[in-house]
Amino acid sequence: MTAPENTRDQAAADGQGPHGSEPLQPTPSHTVGPFYGYALPFPGGGDVAPANAADTVTVHGYVRDGSGAPVPDALIELWQADADGGLAGAPGSMRRDPVDGGHLGRNGVDFTGFARVPTDADGHWTARTVKPGARPGHPPYISVCVFARGLLHHLFTRVYFPEDTRAHTDDPLLASLDAERRETLLATAEGATGSYRFDIRLQGEKETVFLDFHR
Amino acid sequence: MPLTQRDIDREVAELREAYEASRAAGAPAVHHPARDYAPYRSSALRHPHRPLVPVEPDPETVELHGPVFGPTDVTDIDHDLTRQHTGEPLGERITVSGRLLDRAGRPVRGQLIELWQANASGRYAHLRDQHPAPLDPNFTGVGRTLTGDDGSYSFTTVKPGAYPWRNHENAWRPAHIHFSLFGTAFTQRLVTQMYFPGDPLFAHDPILQSVTDERARQALVAAYDHELSRSEWSLGYRWDIVLDGPSATWIEEGRP
Ligand SMILES: [Fe+3]
Repeated sequence: MTAPENTRDQAAADGQGPHGSEPLQPTPSHTVGPFYGYALPFPGGGDVAPANAADTVTVHGYVRDGSGAPVPDALIELWQADADGGLAGAPGSMRRDPVDGGHLGRNGVDFTGFARVPTDADGHWTARTVKPGARPGHPPYISVCVFARGLLHHLFTRVYFPEDTRAHTDDPLLASLDAERRETLLATAEGATGSYRFDIRLQGEKETVFLDFHR
Repeated sequence: MPLTQRDIDREVAELREAYEASRAAGAPAVHHPARDYAPYRSSALRHPHRPLVPVEPDPETVELHGPVFGPTDVTDIDHDLTRQHTGEPLGERITVSGRLLDRAGRPVRGQLIELWQANASGRYAHLRDQHPAPLDPNFTGVGRTLTGDDGSYSFTTVKPGAYPWRNHENAWRPAHIHFSLFGTAFTQRLVTQMYFPGDPLFAHDPILQSVTDERARQALVAAYDHELSRSEWSLGYRWDIVLDGPSATWIEEGRP
């Protein structure tokens, strides 16, 4: 056992942090690789809206690399508040069948707030959800985590909704960005009611704003 | 001309030396790999050029909370990858056990751990893996569990084989298990890989070497633990995982 492991075990044995010493070093991230596709995605992963939800919205888009090519092996995860802005979430996003071990899908009633969708051969993903409620000081947004082959450390971004113009001026993140960069975080409303397009550009022209929470 | 292992080794060494020089000059340790790590060729077009935009989290920040999972999301045998088919998988049976902790050393309880891996021959049960090694009809290589009250987890599986890939000529990945982890906040989300001690492929693997900090790299290598081996049954490995990133608790109590 190496020294860092021992420090970690000792701190854990105390059930609390190593007082007066450095925080434990985090386990480094690695790429999700090319072959997560039979392990992480699950049926109904993008169907977050309960069957009885009144106003469902579709959020979808393409993931593109620095050459503009689609990224067909990205994995998108979404996490969001419910329609009232609540963040309690609920278990059961990947509810399992105790009879045959397969995936049952969500129970159709509880809102779990979590989506996981792999991109298809076109680099496209879709989620069907409810528009999240606002949180004090923040307009509604969906948090996005992007994984991909070639991406050694996942990336966070956010989907904001184009109609919340007034609230956007008060949002600390949006307010800190110039117009061109801010635009990458705003979904585009499409013809169909409740349909929003949100593309993710990993690099280059119109590169999506990615976020750092670690300061 | 195809890239050779020697080309990759030289790039890896240059980046490691540059990191060590920066450390010697007083720069802070870097735990995570750089997203633009050139020796891993697939990173070239898939990392942002612009710096990440810092977010000052406040208690209303959505990312300080996270999705929750529970007993409905796993079945009782999901943690035993040797029991998911009618027969026994081929390979060296192992258990991998450890604890999920936050940076303050506190156990992260009741959270979902997912893992996936190649079989003992180094082949994934994925259509796009066409490496000419045999598939094992008794092994899929996917597991799930929830951490216990002390943050503990345990999986039974077989030791995965090394496998080739096309980063450069004669490129081989050391044996590894992919892990996906959730904490109490979305900011703590982690996907990573666990390695086995003493693998001769470590030095040649640009993915492991993308973690340029020696101590951080060591944290990805499990320890063989004889106490965890079970007589006439399986070999035991111990691997603890520490989640990075703030959570709502972290904001309330101040930084660890
Ligand atoms: Fe792999």
